[in-house]
Amino acid sequence: MVDASTSAHGDLKLSHLTKTFGEFKAVDDLSLTIPEGSFFALLGPSGCGKTTTLRMIAGLEEPTSGTMHVGNTDITDMRPYRRPVNTVFQNYALFPHLSIFENVAFGLRRRGIKDVKAQVDKVLELVELPHLADRKPTQLSGGQQQRIAVARAIVNRPALLLLDEPLGALDLKLRRQMQIELKWIQTEIGLTFVHVTHDQEEAMTMADTIAVMNEGRIEQMGSPADLYDNPKTAFVANFLGQSNLIKGAIESNGADSLVVNLFGQKVALPRSRSAAKDSSILVGIRPEKFRIQPEGKEMSGNILTGGVISDVSYIGVSTQYQVEMPWGQELIVFEQNDDGIPPLDKGDKVKLSWEPIFTFGLDGSQDANAGSELIADEEE
Amino acid sequence: MAFLHAAAKHGSSETKKRSWLPYLLLLPGLVWLFFFFLLPILTLVSTSTKTPGLGIGEFDQTYRFANYWDAIVNSRAQFLRSFEYAGIATVLALAIAYPLAYAIAFKSGRWKNVLLVLVVAPFFTSFILRTIAWKQILGTSGFVNRALIDLHIIGPQTHLTASAFAVVMGLTYNFLPFMTLPLYSSLERIDPRTIEASGDLYANAITTFRKVTLPLSAPGVVAGTLLTFIPAAGDFVNAEILGNPNTKMIGNVINARYLQIVDYPTAAALSFTLMFVILIMVTLYIRKAGTEELV
Repeated sequence: MVDASTSAHGDLKLSHLTKTFGEFKAVDDLSLTIPEGSFFALLGPSGCGKTTTLRMIAGLEEPTSGTMHVGNTDITDMRPYRRPVNTVFQNYALFPHLSIFENVAFGLRRRGIKDVKAQVDKVLELVELPHLADRKPTQLSGGQQQRIAVARAIVNRPALLLLDEPLGALDLKLRRQMQIELKWIQTEIGLTFVHVTHDQEEAMTMADTIAVMNEGRIEQMGSPADLYDNPKTAFVANFLGQSNLIKGAIESNGADSLVVNLFGQKVALPRSRSAAKDSSILVGIRPEKFRIQPEGKEMSGNILTGGVISDVSYIGVSTQYQVEMPWGQELIVFEQNDDGIPPLDKGDKVKLSWEPIFTFGLDGSQDANAGSELIADEEE
Repeated sequence: MAFLHAAAKHGSSETKKRSWLPYLLLLPGLVWLFFFFLLPILTLVSTSTKTPGLGIGEFDQTYRFANYWDAIVNSRAQFLRSFEYAGIATVLALAIAYPLAYAIAFKSGRWKNVLLVLVVAPFFTSFILRTIAWKQILGTSGFVNRALIDLHIIGPQTHLTASAFAVVMGLTYNFLPFMTLPLYSSLERIDPRTIEASGDLYANAITTFRKVTLPLSAPGVVAGTLLTFIPAAGDFVNAEILGNPNTKMIGNVINARYLQIVDYPTAAALSFTLMFVILIMVTLYIRKAGTEELV
């Protein structure tokens, strides 16, 4: 029998994967292909099914239905210890009774590999911790444990490396550093990384492709830039960065552009960027795309008038405004502090403008706030 | 500047106050240990080298260290039997308690607390009563004995009680909770993700148990075996109630020397020897197990 734990490689294909816990559908008919050698992120709020998906790939959870393949090898019913998959666990799950060397050597020893020492030394070199080989896990800092957890997994050269919120326990600064390091390691060794996270910034920094998950399904999949610029649902628009979504009605449907009525004011957007199904539309503008000026000044492009500044936060590099519009909605505006003009004040009457090409349109039947409340929960 | 100086002074008096506080907190315990451990031990040592005086129960200090030799030679069989019975009971208790503790720690779900209470439940009745109950259960007319005879597993005239089997069984039963609880507490502390990680790193269930679960529960194994072996080796109740004259343990001999024969020096010498031997065995055991820091 050929040992799949070493021989299988290729793209990871999940087909119609479903997992139910009693009545609850954790993962709902999920199909996707993760190309070999890519850095793939499953992004979503807690309870969206991303960890369950990862655990099914690892073999720690049995799918209710559906199949999983690595290349041509069906891994759906394979025991975890037979899969060509290794995992970096959320709290690292290092073996506390073993030295760092033995932790890293664990997988090699189980497979009866000969030159354990050479391989362990090499991977410890890669994570830049060769001097800690004789220590016990509890003698290491969080960041060091994290690297050892990565080393313990990648030393086995799996077809797939699964990372379950691997940076969740680290402080912000260390997390940034590890993001860059993980990305570097992935490029260096060329393995497929599947990374589960609720942190959109982390996913955007590291991944080639992000799948945004919500309620057991993939909302949208694409490159970080594509997802940010062209969100297809309100959930993605709000969960990945911030968005201003304004309800409107399409008035005229030109060849290249649409004209939308936003509470009596008319704006334009490229037809190609609209995902509206009928005349009801959510017009989306990212906060940094807005320009803000006192009422009365000349402006070009799309313009919304009648705003009143309800809150100002000066953040150094930029100023964040909340602008209350005549129809009661608060819009968020990020203004770069690069023009030497002092920030506007609370209570100032303002108008907002932006280039029509920066506008995206979403199906108007959705909840404009979908996904935005989840971010606040996750930050705790 | 003056303010800083004053602040520093205040800080140092604070540390001084803290430095004697631990000793104060230790004091009641130390006093207790002195009166109820150190003093009795010294009395025991001193009694062990006395010889009988004129009246019954009167002994003179003659520094007769040969008391030890006589006691050990005369009770060699009971000494060896005590360690043998205690050893077998410890192994049996470990074999029963490990799966039990494992199940409670990992597989019991919401029944965990109920099961833990059940493990401790026997303590609500007296040790002696429970041992006497076993005499009934294993008795010649008890259902266990009859069932075994009917099934032709044992001969028609066999008795289960008043035997080495009954004594070891009683020891195993009585000390089982002392084995189960430390095992449970060390198993329960294992992060289930380390077990998942082992599977993820190509170890099957048996290898995972051997390489991860068992080593991580080693502190519980060491604590449990000590808590079972030490009291079992010095026990006399089980041998008294469930045994026969040929199953006497060292505890029975000490008990008889003190209370029936009123030979305090021999009883003291035996007690001290038992303590000393157990201490040596435990030290060697912990050294070998290499988990001093973990216990």
